[in-house]
Amino acid sequence: MSTESTKLAFNDGWQYAPAPESTDHISIDEQYGLFIGGEFVAPESGRYFETVNPATEQTLSSVSLASAADVDLAVKAARKAYNGAWSKMAAADRGKYLFRIARILQERAREFATIESLDGGKPIRESRDIDIPLAAAHFFYYAGWADKLEYAFPGRRPVPLGVAGQVIPWNFPLLMAAWKIAPALACGNTVVLKPAETTPLTAMKLAEVIRDAELPPGVVNILTGAGETGAEIVNHPDVNKVAFTGSTEVGKIIQRSLAGTDKKYTLELGGKAANIIFADAAIDEAVEGIVNGIFFNQGHVCCAGSRLFVQESVAEEVVRKLKDRMETLIVGDPLDKNTDIGAINSASQLETIQSYLKVGQDEGAEMYQGSGSLPEQGYWCRPTLFTGVSQSNRIVQEEIFGPVLAIQTFRTLEEGLTKANNTPYGLSGGVWTDKGAKIFKMTQQIRAGVIWANTFNKFDPTSPFGGYKESGVGREGGLHGLGAYLKLET
Amino acid sequence: MAGSTARVPVAKTYKIYIGGKFPRTESGRYFKLNASDGSVIANVCQGSRKDFRNAVVAARSAFGGWSAASAYLRGQILYRIAELLEGRSDQFVSELVLQGVSRRKAKKEVVASIDRLIYYAGWSDKYQQIFSAVNPVSSAHFNFSVLEPTGVVSLLAPEDSSLLGLVSNIAPIIVGGNTCVVLASAQLPLCAVSFAEVLHASDVPGGVVNILTGFAEELTEQFASHMDVNAIVYCDGDSEVAKNVQVRAADNVKRVLARCDQDWTADAGQSPYLISETQETKTTWHPIGG
Repeated sequence: MSTESTKLAFNDGWQYAPAPESTDHISIDEQYGLFIGGEFVAPESGRYFETVNPATEQTLSSVSLASAADVDLAVKAARKAYNGAWSKMAAADRGKYLFRIARILQERAREFATIESLDGGKPIRESRDIDIPLAAAHFFYYAGWADKLEYAFPGRRPVPLGVAGQVIPWNFPLLMAAWKIAPALACGNTVVLKPAETTPLTAMKLAEVIRDAELPPGVVNILTGAGETGAEIVNHPDVNKVAFTGSTEVGKIIQRSLAGTDKKYTLELGGKAANIIFADAAIDEAVEGIVNGIFFNQGHVCCAGSRLFVQESVAEEVVRKLKDRMETLIVGDPLDKNTDIGAINSASQLETIQSYLKVGQDEGAEMYQGSGSLPEQGYWCRPTLFTGVSQSNRIVQEEIFGPVLAIQTFRTLEEGLTKANNTPYGLSGGVWTDKGAKIFKMTQQIRAGVIWANTFNKFDPTSPFGGYKESGVGREGGLHGLGAYLKLET
Repeated sequence: MAGSTARVPVAKTYKIYIGGKFPRTESGRYFKLNASDGSVIANVCQGSRKDFRNAVVAARSAFGGWSAASAYLRGQILYRIAELLEGRSDQFVSELVLQGVSRRKAKKEVVASIDRLIYYAGWSDKYQQIFSAVNPVSSAHFNFSVLEPTGVVSLLAPEDSSLLGLVSNIAPIIVGGNTCVVLASAQLPLCAVSFAEVLHASDVPGGVVNILTGFAEELTEQFASHMDVNAIVYCDGDSEVAKNVQVRAADNVKRVLARCDQDWTADAGQSPYLISETQETKTTWHPIGG
């Protein structure tokens, strides 16, 4: 079979008509207060900051900059709720409130999806089909645990920890809020949560949902702000538990800052996942898996398959098919239903990615990018791959958090495995092969918390997620995710 | 017998245990262990940071094989340790007595240590079934979560409970497939060294357990900061020690397990949850389809 005959012809005849999601069904306030004690209140400092649509660079809204004084008020509100209504309530009723949140999110799913794509730049297809439904499912899943906790930990009596301080990233804004809030509340804790600086809007919308669901005031408090606000939450003396999702660098700072305190913590940090393709894999499916692994959500994914390892005998074919497939990816308007790759989340993240593109080339790797057009306004990065890289290249070792793939080859299973495990990270990994025994060998030997075999980037509320090594401590999701929010008494 | 005198006893040299061998500390340093009457019991190795680094290399080398050993085999090896400890009970009782523990208490401690090994030997092929899960995901995937060992664990063993505390911490670490580097009690170091000899004779592969003697004040930082150690367990120290351990541990996001004020003779001194604390949860997905 010749090279040319297998190539799909994507020419001008394949232009898609624009199919933008409408925005007339949503409302975004000009300004948002902080959600403390069940009400939206102005920040003590009177300071606000703008949140920008990364696809247009236009301001969407301004949100409050929470300072130490606001954090203190929020923690006090959370403590009051913990000591009061929330701990006195029957566990089944706690669950009912969570079920309510899940239902309201389902009802308002289209609105949330649209705002998520506006504020964060991710394609509407992803926010509509993945982020928002999964967030609702997460609340629904943990709602049911609220009155069944004793069955999760044989021989132990589970008790809540108290006030949980939670800091989340900008890549899956609402979903990460759900991952944090749902298990915390199901286990009987109260929450102070800070969304990321660049993606505060769906968190403020979630605050509306929580208010509409009539949760007792103070059970969930949501503070917008930047890194300093997060640090104030983490370091507040009356916080009993810290949950953080973000970079390994900040995770280490948090682990150090908690030293000498009794605060329990879970950290979900960076990754540099290996996606390993064996010669006996279904190659076309594997190529789809590679694309989903690295270009999903613009590569702003801690578990992204950013290191590709291809068995030497099929390397040429895989890279060729991958390049062909990259030509078909549409980079552009996040609200367009045909868009594959949306906007880079912020100007500063785009700068980071571009600096890595330069590093990769300076270190001698060969760069290839899709050739499609990019919009004039906004922050964009073409899908990118690097070949001719070695284990020591920075683009192989460091998390880029963008649509940038580094490709290496291997001959034997052992070589692939050794290369895959040669990283301080251990969040996720992928393996593609038709041989069952080889799947189990690889999935057992890759040192990472989540392994996808013949698939990639799948998530579910029932499925524990979290890292080995420097990718973090603890698990979120599933029965295992409960442990992060409970003390197990004998 | 004319001119009979008491037999000159043969004193034992107490050495450290690294990679299945009994070297002296590379530093050549020692500290004196005195009996209550002031006589010298032993010149004990004052283990160095270099000894620790060597021990981590040994522990890492042993990890692949030990973590891949079957649960049944690990259980039998733990049982074997108990068998040999039972056979050498008198020696351990004598050593505890020599270090100032009452004979009654010493006997109790040795017996409890043997029983603790039996307890964990029995868990080897069961804790996985307690803590793992098949997860009912919404999509057409088979999804399951199992425990895997964290890796190399550094252990600052309890000062006061020099045999039972030591065994109570080593057993849950190794039964789960981890390897470890241990700092023994400085005040009561003898049983740890003799326990290393028991391990050595029990089919525990070299490097799975490495035992140093020396001072926590000198070595804690290294135990907490080493970049090829995945978790640290410590059993003594004030809040200053706790803070120092965690600050250093953050260098590579180590799991930090504080087991201070634990009464190792109590029921809570043994639990499958102690095994799970040095385990990672791994979740695997595979599509279901034709």
